[in-house]
Amino acid sequence: MNLAVKDIRHGLGRFVLTATGIGMLLMVVMGMGGIYRGLVAEATLLVDRSGADLWVVQSGTRGPFAEISRLPRAIEDRVATVPGVLSARAFVSHTIQREHRVRTLRMMIQGLAWPQDRGTWLPLAAGRALRRAHYEMIADTSSGLPLGERVRLGKDTYTVVGLTRRMASSSGDPMAFVTVADALAIQFDVPGEAIRVERAARRARLEDLDLHRTQPQTAERAAGASSMIPALGTEMVSAVLVNVAPGYDAGEVATRIAAWPDVSVFAHEGQRDLLLRGSVDRARRQIGLFTVLLVIVSAVVMALILYTLTLEKLHDIAMLKLMGARNTMILALILQQAVLLGALGLCLAWALGLWIFPYFPRRVVVVDEDLARLAAIVLGIYFAASVLGVRKALAVQPNEVLA
Amino acid sequence: MSAGTALAVEATGLCKTFGKGHTAVEAIRDVSLTVARGELVALLGPSGAGKSTLLTMLGLIVPPSRGRVVLGGTTAFHGGRFRVNVRRFRREHLGFVFQKANLIPFLSALENVQLALELSDVATRRARSRAMELLDYLGVAERARHLPSKLSGGEQQRVAVARALANGPNLILADEPTAALDSVRGRQVMELFRTVAHEQGSAVLVVTHDHRALDVFDRSIEMEDGRLRPAAAVLAR
Ligand SMILES: Nc1ncnc2c1ncn2[C@@H]1O[C@H](COP(=O)(O)OP(=O)(O)OP(=O)(O)O)[C@@H](O)[C@H]1O
Ligand SMILES: [Mg+2]
Repeated sequence: MNLAVKDIRHGLGRFVLTATGIGMLLMVVMGMGGIYRGLVAEATLLVDRSGADLWVVQSGTRGPFAEISRLPRAIEDRVATVPGVLSARAFVSHTIQREHRVRTLRMMIQGLAWPQDRGTWLPLAAGRALRRAHYEMIADTSSGLPLGERVRLGKDTYTVVGLTRRMASSSGDPMAFVTVADALAIQFDVPGEAIRVERAARRARLEDLDLHRTQPQTAERAAGASSMIPALGTEMVSAVLVNVAPGYDAGEVATRIAAWPDVSVFAHEGQRDLLLRGSVDRARRQIGLFTVLLVIVSAVVMALILYTLTLEKLHDIAMLKLMGARNTMILALILQQAVLLGALGLCLAWALGLWIFPYFPRRVVVVDEDLARLAAIVLGIYFAASVLGVRKALAVQPNEVLA
Repeated sequence: MSAGTALAVEATGLCKTFGKGHTAVEAIRDVSLTVARGELVALLGPSGAGKSTLLTMLGLIVPPSRGRVVLGGTTAFHGGRFRVNVRRFRREHLGFVFQKANLIPFLSALENVQLALELSDVATRRARSRAMELLDYLGVAERARHLPSKLSGGEQQRVAVARALANGPNLILADEPTAALDSVRGRQVMELFRTVAHEQGSAVLVVTHDHRALDVFDRSIEMEDGRLRPAAAVLAR
């Protein structure tokens, strides 16, 4: 006769409730661990997915994720001429928050180096990569934009031609991909009135100078388009991504570029490191610590549940001893229930997690390794709690039945 | 237990002191008694006399402070320690009944009795049929599938008796088994003990306060203040 099974069947409702409670608790622990992993995954997503060997950024900065980095776009061409550089492309990235169809649309606009890069490397869930140099956009599903949706950003309207899945920035905002030119247009969009005011200001400044009297035609230039003024530089980009040609050492290429006084260079790993130690560091540590706390709390709760489960049975255990039951039978009664509770709780946590976590606004990444670790922790707790309970159970005197 | 001796219980010079120093309680002071096989003995005495304590010592539940316990010819306790594997000895030779039935709440009446048999390594099917026989013998066969919580106090107590009888014990120790029952039911249980003692040859020692049922017993012994009353101690069968 298996006493554990009999006992469970007798109090099935309660057993199921307890297992559910433990399952939910474990799910929360699992979820917290998953949120931690998700945060790290999202933070390094772009760095990893961009596939660049080197990141060339504004001199002295740790950009473009850790802080703002601005480089004249012309650097792209200069980098491309360095021996060992296979390709150099501008990296433009900025977050926008606009109103679209009466709701807030928050996205990270990411420039693709058209025409080499049309976004074919993106994990497309629907639609296609970019086919035109302008006014096309690949958006992430989490932005809520459907395929074919037209979004007005700045002076232009962009059509969503492709949808990605799980492309989010380090702060969890959905990404949207357009060509670099479009990204810059969105970033540096200036209203007509501002342009008129700026041109008037230039003219006013010029009128204070001798140059205006000796060269009156400069006034025409100053009041014209910015791109027509040679004194003004090219557009600014956040960084230049470099891929090193096969056969060349990335370290050497990096050293060569880093020798220029107007840029700093980071390798892929360095950039990844900067991200984890920089912008998401506090969030990561916060969640990490909280996860640890959660594990401890749930450990205590589970241990208590198991311990009281045993305490409740002390009278029956005393009676069993009085009847001459062997210790193995008493141990089986306690341990079998504990193991069953733990296993059921874990399964439930896993199933609940699979079902609920996808609805979270940010990614929750549950990896097998974490599951195994959680199982090991649960096993440890169950062992410890059972040892406590078992010690109590084995110490109980049969004459306690008489009390 | 060897079958050679006619004595089921042979206790000599039992003493039990609880606690130490000035809080020490001398619960049993030099008690010697014998119970023969097939004998039904009542143990009487006022509250606090030490009846329960004596029973637990004879049942190898609590070790005496001093003295010697011989059960069915086997020295079970002597020289300050148990001489047998008490758990095994209990499941093979002893049966207990208490004021409360103390049935395992998550097992049916049948399973409670069956468990006692399985503890003595009786195969499941055989244990089941034997348990059913016992319940039938005690008149609770029709309640066999019910959980203890669904049984009346008297029914529970009868199941507890069935459980105590399960492994054919040489000695049954009962501590106020009828205290929770009405006098009719109480008498029924006492009569049952007599049948068991006389038919199966078990020695039965019953602690009771119910003097009306004393005629059922072969003899009675009385305790007071941790000692046997001299007159009762020599009372022959
Ligand atoms: N575990 C213990 N620790 C300390 N004292 C105890 C313990 N068990 C019993 N005693 C004391 O031993 C004495 C005898 O107790 P016991 O329970 O044997 O009496 P009893 O004759 O069974 O009484 P009752 O009829 O009320 O059940 C009492 O004074 C009691 O307080
Ligand atoms: Mg008592």
